[in-house]
Amino acid sequence: MPLIPMGDKPILSISDMSIVFSSPDEADIEAVRQVDLTLTPGKTLALVGESGCGKSVTARAVLRLLDKNADIQRGSIIFAPGDAEATDIVQLRQDSLPLRAIRGNQISMIFQEPMSSLSPVHTIGDQIDEMMVIHEGLKPKQARERTVALLDQVGIPGARERADAYPFQLSGGLRQRAMIAMALACTPKVLIADEPTTALDVTTQAQILDLLRQLQADFGMAMLFITHDLGVVAEIADEVAVMYLGDVVEQGSVFDVFAAPKHPYTQALMSSIPKMARKADRVRLSPIKGTVPAPRDRPQGCAFTSRCPYAFEPCATIRPERTAIGDNHHARCHLLTRQPAEAAA
Amino acid sequence: MSTLLSVEHLSKHYTLSGGLFGKERRLDALTDINLTVEAGETLAIVGESGCGKTTLGRCIIAAQSSSEGRVVYHPKSGGDVELTALSKREIKPWRKDIRMIFQDPMSSLNPNMRVFDIVAEPLRIHKICKGRELEERVISTLEKVGIPAEAVGRYPHAFSGGQRQRIGIARALVLDPKLVIADEAVSALDVSIQAQVLNLLEDLKAEFGLTYIFISHDLGVVNYIADRVVVMYLGHVVENAPTELLFERPRHPYTELLLEALPIADPLRRKGRKTEARGEIPYLGNRPVGCPFNTRCKYAEDRCRTEKPALRSIHGSAQEAACHFAEQLSLKGAYDDAPTKEFA
Repeated sequence: MPLIPMGDKPILSISDMSIVFSSPDEADIEAVRQVDLTLTPGKTLALVGESGCGKSVTARAVLRLLDKNADIQRGSIIFAPGDAEATDIVQLRQDSLPLRAIRGNQISMIFQEPMSSLSPVHTIGDQIDEMMVIHEGLKPKQARERTVALLDQVGIPGARERADAYPFQLSGGLRQRAMIAMALACTPKVLIADEPTTALDVTTQAQILDLLRQLQADFGMAMLFITHDLGVVAEIADEVAVMYLGDVVEQGSVFDVFAAPKHPYTQALMSSIPKMARKADRVRLSPIKGTVPAPRDRPQGCAFTSRCPYAFEPCATIRPERTAIGDNHHARCHLLTRQPAEAAA
Repeated sequence: MSTLLSVEHLSKHYTLSGGLFGKERRLDALTDINLTVEAGETLAIVGESGCGKTTLGRCIIAAQSSSEGRVVYHPKSGGDVELTALSKREIKPWRKDIRMIFQDPMSSLNPNMRVFDIVAEPLRIHKICKGRELEERVISTLEKVGIPAEAVGRYPHAFSGGQRQRIGIARALVLDPKLVIADEAVSALDVSIQAQVLNLLEDLKAEFGLTYIFISHDLGVVNYIADRVVVMYLGHVVENAPTELLFERPRHPYTELLLEALPIADPLRRKGRKTEARGEIPYLGNRPVGCPFNTRCKYAEDRCRTEKPALRSIHGSAQEAACHFAEQLSLKGAYDDAPTKEFA
């Protein structure tokens, strides 16, 4: 049985969030324009997009780990753990006690580069113990017992001895496992994984994806999984949200979105990856024309206008509405709301 | 088809100092590599980090010296050139024929040089042309890869990752090479840009009659672009086969493991595999006795732990594998059309 009761009630809802980066000598950049996402216990939401689309910024905003020059200008991040009152994380003061009680404890994060996000001068055991000592007030001895059990659970062989190892003594795969153990130390209700397998080899990646799936079944946490790899999305996600230049352009169940992508950007992404097919069935890739514009050159309306093969009159100037296509499947595209008369014209 | 390049019994080892009192140790990065590259084909070299695929590429163009064995280039003009036996000066003319594209377009272009000079440099070094002719050749090459003529005066930082990779490709192509070694040339790019560069590489190959050695860890891309695939593990070639045969029915358990681990962008084909603790790549300096893969192989038997299998043709076909049981094992390929798991 999962430790956290499953339900359909969202545990974390991000609505209408916008994040602006300011710089002393340039105009402000709105890295995230409008993001709406909900996480449900026991489910994985994959946030996918190319570099610079704002997926990592969105994830860091949930833990308020943004740099000083970034500001959440609008929107809310409601954390509703069920057993306690809901909190709007955006309203909490940076480094205030309530925020620190959530961060690392109720919501925790796995980073891409385990080598640069683990402390090089502490053993992994000490780093994991610390979490439990701080958040749960355990005695160091008790904490170590739990750490060893955790390391064992994430598949580190010889857990008791390895707890005394420094990160540099472990391989990339083991380091990522240690990182996952640390994120799970306080049995979080929400786990944010920012490209956790990107730096790993395929065989190690497959092991880590298996592990995350297994742990989710055991712990029942909600997972926000950030990646740029559609193959990984197809492997791990229940739901997927596609981001482009600060907007979530399409969102829905992984089966719906892969079977029938509705936004031209999602469609283009899908046809950019080589299919695993025999030579006879091989089709030439149809890449998206051009490159992602810089945020300051982003069109007023739909961000994808400049590269979209179907762009028509309102796209450049009017932001498309979030349109429901099916059961929990949404996209922001004018094509979906175009009147039949217009289409014929 | 004629053979353009052959690699014969190539080995590369490094000597590690054992510290003040320790013994020196030998680390074998490449062990007895044999392969040929046919003119006009795209040969992919795949494997995980540390398997020696980059070292092999660098040994072929003699950017790195090899310890044993030979790399022989067979130019169209006839005659065999043993690249590994040439001095730095003697090899220079052949560097025109064999060019390299690097992985990271951020660090492989000199940030202090204009794009024009980056692409012109090889022409100047090899004293091929100058003045008007040089200018025309540089600009036409850049246009072929999709960099507009008005951008040639800019510095690399003004370009995006995909454009920088195009500049790297132009630099390789400007000398009219025969063989291009692309070392993870699309790995650092976003998918939409990666597709553009893959298409570009294909078009250029057709236009200039190029031969590629495509070093990559991404089997999806390899299946798309390669005619033949060489799979490496711990400095050994464990399988060498035409792409379709290899993906249809691999003959080496390591190839099967790689294909099984490959995430497929289709949730209906989600693998739903069980976590099978299959371990990690051993440290190169601590290579197992016998078959290098025996510590992770689920089919390993006693023989694998004592006797090293040689690379050999399977049933006399074009598919070669280094496994004692290559004929007996029925390994799973990647072209699985039926969904393997129904979704709830």
